[in-house]
Amino acid sequence: MTLPVILISIGVAALLGLVVRNRWRIQLLMGISILAVFAFQPVLPVRGLDFWFPIATLALVSLSWILTASPENRNWHKNIPAVATLFGIVLALGLTRYLGLPLYLTASNPPQAIQILIGLMAISLIAFFLTRFSNPNKVGLIAASVFIILLFLILKFPQLSIIISGLLRSLNHQSSSLALAQDLRWLGFSYIAFRLLHTIHDRASGHLPSVSLSEYMVYVIFFPAVTAGPIDRIDRFIRDLRSPLELTSDDIGESGKRLLVGLFKKFAVADLLAMVALNATNALQVHSTGWAWILLYAFALQIFFDFSGYTDIAIGLGRLLGIRLPENFNAPYLKPNLTQFWNNWHMTLTQWFRAYFFNPVTRALRSGEKSLPIPVIILLTQTATMVLIGLWHGATLNFVAWGMWHGLGLFVHNRWSELTRARYTALSPQWKSVLNAGGMVLTFNFVALGWVFFALPGLAISANYFRILFGLA
Amino acid sequence: MNSKFIRNVFLKGLVLFIVIDLVFITVNPASLGKFSFYNLLFAGRQRFPFGENSSQSYNLSLFNLDAMFSSHVIADGPKPTDEYRVIVIGDSSVWGTLLRPEQTLSSQMNAAGLSFCGKKVRVYNLGYPTISLMKDLMVLDYAMRYHPDLVIWSVTLEAFPIDNQLSSPIVANNASRVDGLIARYSLLLNQNDPALMRPNFWSTTLIGQRRALADLLRLQVYGVLWSATGIDQTYPADYQHTQTDFNTDVSYHNMQPPTLQDSTLAFAEIDAGLRIAKKIPLILINEPILISTGENSDLRYNFLYPRWAYDNWRETMTVRAEEGSWKYLDLWNIVPANEFTNSAIHLTPSGESLMVGRVEQFTLQQSCP
Repeated sequence: MTLPVILISIGVAALLGLVVRNRWRIQLLMGISILAVFAFQPVLPVRGLDFWFPIATLALVSLSWILTASPENRNWHKNIPAVATLFGIVLALGLTRYLGLPLYLTASNPPQAIQILIGLMAISLIAFFLTRFSNPNKVGLIAASVFIILLFLILKFPQLSIIISGLLRSLNHQSSSLALAQDLRWLGFSYIAFRLLHTIHDRASGHLPSVSLSEYMVYVIFFPAVTAGPIDRIDRFIRDLRSPLELTSDDIGESGKRLLVGLFKKFAVADLLAMVALNATNALQVHSTGWAWILLYAFALQIFFDFSGYTDIAIGLGRLLGIRLPENFNAPYLKPNLTQFWNNWHMTLTQWFRAYFFNPVTRALRSGEKSLPIPVIILLTQTATMVLIGLWHGATLNFVAWGMWHGLGLFVHNRWSELTRARYTALSPQWKSVLNAGGMVLTFNFVALGWVFFALPGLAISANYFRILFGLA
Repeated sequence: MNSKFIRNVFLKGLVLFIVIDLVFITVNPASLGKFSFYNLLFAGRQRFPFGENSSQSYNLSLFNLDAMFSSHVIADGPKPTDEYRVIVIGDSSVWGTLLRPEQTLSSQMNAAGLSFCGKKVRVYNLGYPTISLMKDLMVLDYAMRYHPDLVIWSVTLEAFPIDNQLSSPIVANNASRVDGLIARYSLLLNQNDPALMRPNFWSTTLIGQRRALADLLRLQVYGVLWSATGIDQTYPADYQHTQTDFNTDVSYHNMQPPTLQDSTLAFAEIDAGLRIAKKIPLILINEPILISTGENSDLRYNFLYPRWAYDNWRETMTVRAEEGSWKYLDLWNIVPANEFTNSAIHLTPSGESLMVGRVEQFTLQQSCP
């Protein structure tokens, strides 16, 4: 997100927080968040796609709500305002096409109104059938999860993205030979998908709170967190959303602090570091080991300040709106080991994977008739979890390598701490401090080396960079 | 919620902003350019910062001479006692457009490992890519604090027209330096020329200086990649070669053949340069130009010069050099056409080496100080 967009978001959040009382709060938050999904979507070369992606987001959210809502909550009358807001905003945005004025509410000129109407009717028809003929049974929920994961795969696998982009281009009478994976940049889908999967899973396990369409919509596409998280839990989020909004000077002070810190981290520190951080171009140009390490450290710090800056901004915006979004980073580079690093880096994503992948798989492997040895289970689950986290960033071999790097690192740390626990406990506090400081340096450098796979586009260039880093080139 | 709280936050913020701004104006932010990590944490640049595509060239153009010199290798500590310091000033052909740092005239001279008067010759590239004698004069005036033993000033006709003197952005954005030079050397330039950017109160505030400050910061940050890669320019795999076919237009800066009027050329700037150098020898070089053999090349040497204007100017230069006892080296035709790159004055590395031999020879012929 650009600085002007963030400043406008701050203005909108401050206005909503200061002016809007509880009666209209959820409806207004929903309306603003819908607008944000359109306004934040980047321009795409496939004609109309930057309008259809936001519509698809809204459709996915609405259909997921139908699948996960209890029958009494699906009540048509109770949700009329939400449906009317949804349709009204989409149609109004569609009609801006005919104003001929740059309103900056959509990435590019919206498609023709008739196309939008047909699209909305198709979505309504699916919604109608789902409401009428489906119950939120396990099969439906599994099918929905599979569908979302399928979409995820299409967006994350460059080869699949290119095929789909080619098809969409052909439909639009555009040259399919120009199709690129970047054509399918769907704003915030990684986060939206994980929130949807979380609600579907919690519905299946009976833990999902009862929420209206507007509440569900606000949870999934809450505009401060739609582009870069954090991934909140719906039960916690809804508690805040339903609480009376009474902004205190503490709220405003804390929000202002987080916003200022976030803006500084992102636009002063991270953007400056980005100028010298490791990338595919300078990886081939750097000629000495020392500078290679500096470029790598710059990347390590840039990615932290960039991401945690966005999180601070999201948390600050949320606070103005009465939502206390969860923390995503807690000084991860100052942790003495890799396990603690991952407990404090992108915390909401790792918690998601822990809850929906690591723990269930570990339980399953342990509870089998022929249970595997514990170290093997740890190796398998930690590596698989980290590889999946890698793939969440993009389905390339480099992200797999990055996941493996961390998975194996976590396993080695787990075994090491098992072996040395007794000796460590017996150490004096001074020795513990020394060891922790050493562990912090080691962990930071291990994580930094892992970023080589993250920053560079291929295994060959990564291997070459490792050679430069260790003076072997 | 306490509305007083919000009001107080805004008031305190405003007061702080005004106080910081006033301090900033008082401190004279232009001098911030002298603070540099170059020659301290990063290697000094071998040529001045200049460039448009910063993310690829790890370089940028700025107008702060303090910052430009502070980032240059010439500012790396006091001059060694065994160094015979040569500075080369001039336009983009000296700076080295499309040449790597080690391929420029200065670097090739350094690579030769020359000694003169018992000292090691060290050549510094102080060229800057705009064509204006006034710009060269400004650079020379500043460079004198680095105690050169010899000045090499590479010029071409296009640097002489009066109407080119103040239009170079680096000149236009250094009005006070221009004023000083005009006053000291009685130059015939108009100080009220609208091209000269005169700072007003607002442009000296933190807001007005935000771009200049960002450039200073970016220059420091790009020091990392300059040191890490040795790259300070983008080198396209292919580029448009200089024009060799021309139309029949033979006008030059609104002048028509047969005579180039001396009054339209800034010869006074050459005299000023000689006065700035004082007792330090100054070699004036007429830099090589492309002599085209394409269409209408009987009328024009290249896209810059109609033959009549250039010949006229060369004759005048020769006469003035004799009259003024200049150390003048006319190299206008020593480089063959195939050794030019994207302009009538930009040379290939081999073209540079042709020039290097002649300049070295001429330099070594000078008498010891």
